[in-house]
Amino acid sequence: MDTANFFLQALLTADMTIRVSVVLIFACLAGLFSERAGIFDIGLEGKMLISAFFTAAVSYQTGYIWYGVAAGIAASLVFALIHGVASITFRGNQLISGVAINFLASGLTVVIGHAWFKKGGLTPPLSDAGRFHEITLPFADALRDVPILGPIYADVISGHKLLVYVAMLIVPLTWWLLYRTRFGLRLRAVGENPASVDTAGVSVVRYRYAAVLIAGVLCGLGGAYLSTSQGAAFGKEMTAGRGFIALAALIFSKWRPWYALMACLLFGFLEAISNLFPNINVFGLFEIPVQFTQALPYILTVVILAGFVGKAIPPRAGGEPYVKER
Amino acid sequence: MDKMPKWADIVLIPLISLMLAFAASGLVVLAIGENPIQAITVMVKGALGSTSGLGYTLYYATNYMFTGLAVAVAFHARMFNIGGEGQAAIAGVGATLVILAFDWPHWALALPFAIMGAALFGGFWAAVPAYLQAKRGSHIVITTIMFNFIAAAVMGFLLNGVLKNPNTQNAETVKFPTGAHLPTAHEFLAPLGINFSKSAPLNISFLLALLCAFLVWFLLWRTRLGYEIRAFGQSEKGAKYAGISAFKIIMISMFISGALAGMLSINVVMGEQERLIKEFVEGAGFVGIAVALMGRNHPVGIILAAILFGMLTQGGFELLWEMPNISKEVVLVIQGMIILFTGALDYMVRGPVEKLFLRMKKGA
Repeated sequence: MDTANFFLQALLTADMTIRVSVVLIFACLAGLFSERAGIFDIGLEGKMLISAFFTAAVSYQTGYIWYGVAAGIAASLVFALIHGVASITFRGNQLISGVAINFLASGLTVVIGHAWFKKGGLTPPLSDAGRFHEITLPFADALRDVPILGPIYADVISGHKLLVYVAMLIVPLTWWLLYRTRFGLRLRAVGENPASVDTAGVSVVRYRYAAVLIAGVLCGLGGAYLSTSQGAAFGKEMTAGRGFIALAALIFSKWRPWYALMACLLFGFLEAISNLFPNINVFGLFEIPVQFTQALPYILTVVILAGFVGKAIPPRAGGEPYVKER
Repeated sequence: MDKMPKWADIVLIPLISLMLAFAASGLVVLAIGENPIQAITVMVKGALGSTSGLGYTLYYATNYMFTGLAVAVAFHARMFNIGGEGQAAIAGVGATLVILAFDWPHWALALPFAIMGAALFGGFWAAVPAYLQAKRGSHIVITTIMFNFIAAAVMGFLLNGVLKNPNTQNAETVKFPTGAHLPTAHEFLAPLGINFSKSAPLNISFLLALLCAFLVWFLLWRTRLGYEIRAFGQSEKGAKYAGISAFKIIMISMFISGALAGMLSINVVMGEQERLIKEFVEGAGFVGIAVALMGRNHPVGIILAAILFGMLTQGGFELLWEMPNISKEVVLVIQGMIILFTGALDYMVRGPVEKLFLRMKKGA
């Protein structure tokens, strides 16, 4: 392969990596807020799925993308609220609640979609006004001719849809919120040692609800991206395990925002590779099967969790309902 | 512990949760403009109205008994095994390798070896996360979820590679030898003069599931090991103080759990498909969670819950013909509601019921 061609392929891969990472970033940050406040969330998948459906359905019906996004976020929030009521108010098992949410999302999206559009659970393809479009950043075309940096700016950084840039902005925002505000300090404390926060006169319940609802909004955005930006319609089970990859990325990043971005980009890169180059031939010696590339995020997560590469220590109060002493 | 009588805990609360779950699902059906009463009638009729329907219902119930028992055994050791899906899939590989290794003369000879193959592979796929939990402290829930995805990749790799039938385009193995054919309900009921539907996939694995339920009961409540598993689940510290090895309990309970989930492959791969296909588990591993919750982790409860879920699955397919506006995924909604109300919102139901009994006791 000559250098020019290699450069082209690299640009293509980088561009694709960003495209497929965005869903992971939204979901991963959603999980980050939730788990930092001590609420396990394996329902990321379900929340994104229900949002993907309602975003596509309402966008199609009204012809306005923003109505769709609002509907998607609202649907995801309803699920987040169910998770909150079950795991905070009624102190139920957070994992079981998450499993229930995933079941409900898989079922409801198809049942409602089937009755609504009569297309076996799919939504019709979205019109132009019903989805997001590429945004060309300033000077992208003018700078394209600059060697190396020009194409990187024009093809990899510019030319994405709005939610891509939103996701990239939410990462520093999350960092700032968690580490530079009183809200963030308390939120993290609620996930580490709720009793001490309670003693200080701060409501554990309120902070946990706040975290769960923020996760709802972020999953809503992730789902919206999936059906109106990465694709242009809703398809049955279109989240395809991304909520779980995001969970894996969250562990990989040890529950920290910037590392979460890196982990999502890494897992996105693996997905891009398996999309673009199904079977990789290593120096003509042997072939890496596509299934291996696909399974790599999960394998890496297991390795990380097992503490073979650094130790991932979750927030200490994670998964435990808080019972106020009487 | 004497807040309420035992029957209220075992019968009343699950029943109330079940009613709430059905009521909530009914609202969904109502919302899409259909009649929920009519829908449930169609489903029950479809599930029980003919020997063909009944055969499918019990066939699905067989799967759910295996996966429900799997979740329950792990639950008793306070391990949440979400990996039934992957364990069953890998167990299918184990059963397949055994069946394809010989030209079996008779199913009665093939079955025990296939069971061993499935149990070993399924158990192994659960034992790795168990080891990582026991020795390295990795959270069993996350690891078993990851192992589901890894299992899917392994299946894809094997069925597009070494195990693939070269004569088809599909990712599947060659057909099993006829000597490994398990008798179906039609075949073993015919000599008794019962004409059971020929098309229904119900086979002898159903009896294996009942046997497994008995064995799980015997293990948990009649053996020393079972006592240790339950003691460990109740209090890890207490069990350690009593000299029970945490490592041993985690490994054994998870291996048994994986092996039980693996029995699903006997029913589906050996009993029905008679070849290994990629996605034969079809979510039954996850349904096992609902079944175990509904059945209160007791084998009798699990058998009943599995039959209920079998009815739902079969009834869901029937809806397709009678009420085309409702898709069969409504079953997922009902299952989700049942998991939500019996599992996550247990306290919401339990609290008021406990209060009611306390008040009655005071009044008496």
